Amino acid sequence: MLTLRNVTVRYGNFAAADQVSFSLEAGQWLMLAGPNGAGKSTLIEAVTRGVRYEGEILLEGRDIREIRPRQLARTVGVLSQKNAAGYAYTVEEVVRMGRYAYGDGFLSPRDREGREKVEEALEMTGLTALRHAPVTRLSGGETQRTFLAQVFAQDPRLLLLDEPANHLDLPYQRQIFSLIGEWLKAPGRGVISVVHDLALARMYGTHAVLLDRGKCVARGTVDGVLTPENLQRVYHMDVYAWMRETLGKWQS
Amino acid sequence: MKKHREHFSAGAYGLFILAFVGTALLCVCLGSVPISLRDTVACLWNGLWGTEIPAGIAKNIILNVRLPRVLNVALCGAALSLCGAAMQGLLQNPLADGSTLGVSSGASLGAVIALALGVTGASGGVMGMAMGFAFLSLLLILGLAYALDKSLSTNSIILIGVIYSMFVSSILTLIISFSGEKLRTITFWTMGSLSGTNYGHAGLLSLFLALCGGVILGHARELNAFAMGEDNARHIGVNIRRVKLTILIAVSVLIGVCVSIAGNIGFVGLVIPHMARMIAGPNHKRLLPASLFSGAVFLMLCDLAARTVLSPIELNIGVVTSLVGAIAFVTIFYRAGKGRDRGC
Repeated sequence: MLTLRNVTVRYGNFAAADQVSFSLEAGQWLMLAGPNGAGKSTLIEAVTRGVRYEGEILLEGRDIREIRPRQLARTVGVLSQKNAAGYAYTVEEVVRMGRYAYGDGFLSPRDREGREKVEEALEMTGLTALRHAPVTRLSGGETQRTFLAQVFAQDPRLLLLDEPANHLDLPYQRQIFSLIGEWLKAPGRGVISVVHDLALARMYGTHAVLLDRGKCVARGTVDGVLTPENLQRVYHMDVYAWMRETLGKWQS
Repeated sequence: MKKHREHFSAGAYGLFILAFVGTALLCVCLGSVPISLRDTVACLWNGLWGTEIPAGIAKNIILNVRLPRVLNVALCGAALSLCGAAMQGLLQNPLADGSTLGVSSGASLGAVIALALGVTGASGGVMGMAMGFAFLSLLLILGLAYALDKSLSTNSIILIGVIYSMFVSSILTLIISFSGEKLRTITFWTMGSLSGTNYGHAGLLSLFLALCGGVILGHARELNAFAMGEDNARHIGVNIRRVKLTILIAVSVLIGVCVSIAGNIGFVGLVIPHMARMIAGPNHKRLLPASLFSGAVFLMLCDLAARTVLSPIELNIGVVTSLVGAIAFVTIFYRAGKGRDRGC
């Protein structure tokens, strides 16, 4: 459903992403992995047209530069790591905003489908009881769930996640990831997520792209990409040994 | 399923209009020569339908002095407050207002240059210069912001707006130091006043308020999206560059027209949207109309105070708005800080 061909993003003379190519099919959860500064978030920005890029990004065969913002948002939804509404909107108002791409309620007849999607999204994320709470009073986990509900209400087919569970406590991390796992079960959907945590990448990902300093080092299935050799090349350490060592502390 | 209503009900609008008309009548009645409500209403009613106005009513004061002034004040208040609300949403910054962009400073620079050079033939010279400078300022600021960063980021806009305002105010001070006997007129301009405004001005203000205000009100949803974060707005499908440019232009044109008629009136665009937000909530579908009406009412009352409190001396309206506004603002922030709930 999504294809990147030789995508390069430059900030001045610095190439944050350099000739990256990969593709995603429906049903896949693709993990963008790599150390800091590898260009993971930059690629997400490029797909949402937040930065200029060279090369080609095709969404279901169409160049995303030719797709209008609203249309793009009906297919691609984003959950970023930092979300903060400065004003005291209610949870429901934020979630309803996810329906923006489907037109305005005051010109079209009240869109019933949109309301159902909003209810569904609130229910899925367990926010129904908090729907009238101002977002300025929510905890970090609740805020992130609110924006997850927003993107569920947006009803895209492709979900892009930029470290969606960063800074969150473990139970919230698990919650967010299992919610997305549930979401992915419906046909015709795909997920691309940026992750730092390689354990999470292996746990939830079906496919992976390993990046290093803007370049694609490996791509394919998670097990084929996150091999000891590849990780050694990128992280300059024996990641497998380290993972086993930390895990060992829990096995007693 | 509970019916969710984002807009105000018709009843709420009725209440707004009632408050608006009530304040307007009060402001027409009160002044250096008090006029009874009965006479005022009779005069306005007959004036409206073009019928004979009963004798013994100071119709000249009502129809030619107070009514046009009150109308202009109300329109300016509505426009300034609406612009402030729009800018606070667009820039996700509760400290922004219509003057953040620097357009109002630009407009007053134009007016002051016109006054200093003596191109005052008709008031049209000053007004024309103010509008021209407002427009030039807009082009310059957006051009600079665009050259700095092609995505027109919020930070560059605020930064350039602030720098531009400071730059302009230094030039203003320079001109004022050479202005000699014209100082009073110039000061009057920089602090704002609506005395001597006529129906022509009111017509012009109505026209631009309808045009630019319509554009702003039509973007309530996009402003909500911006207020929840600019990246988020892009992700849900808002064409952020186009929307931002549209709103900035609408705000600047409206501010430019206001300043060219009334001079620089501070704090209205900052404080009124804050108060409106506390009452109506942050949703722009309610916030924008609430700001519009409360801005009009607030400025009418300020103008009333400006011309009655120290009568026969008339204060500049900017003095009153800044006094009231600054105190209100500090109170709001103090309360917000104490409650840990920003309420805004």
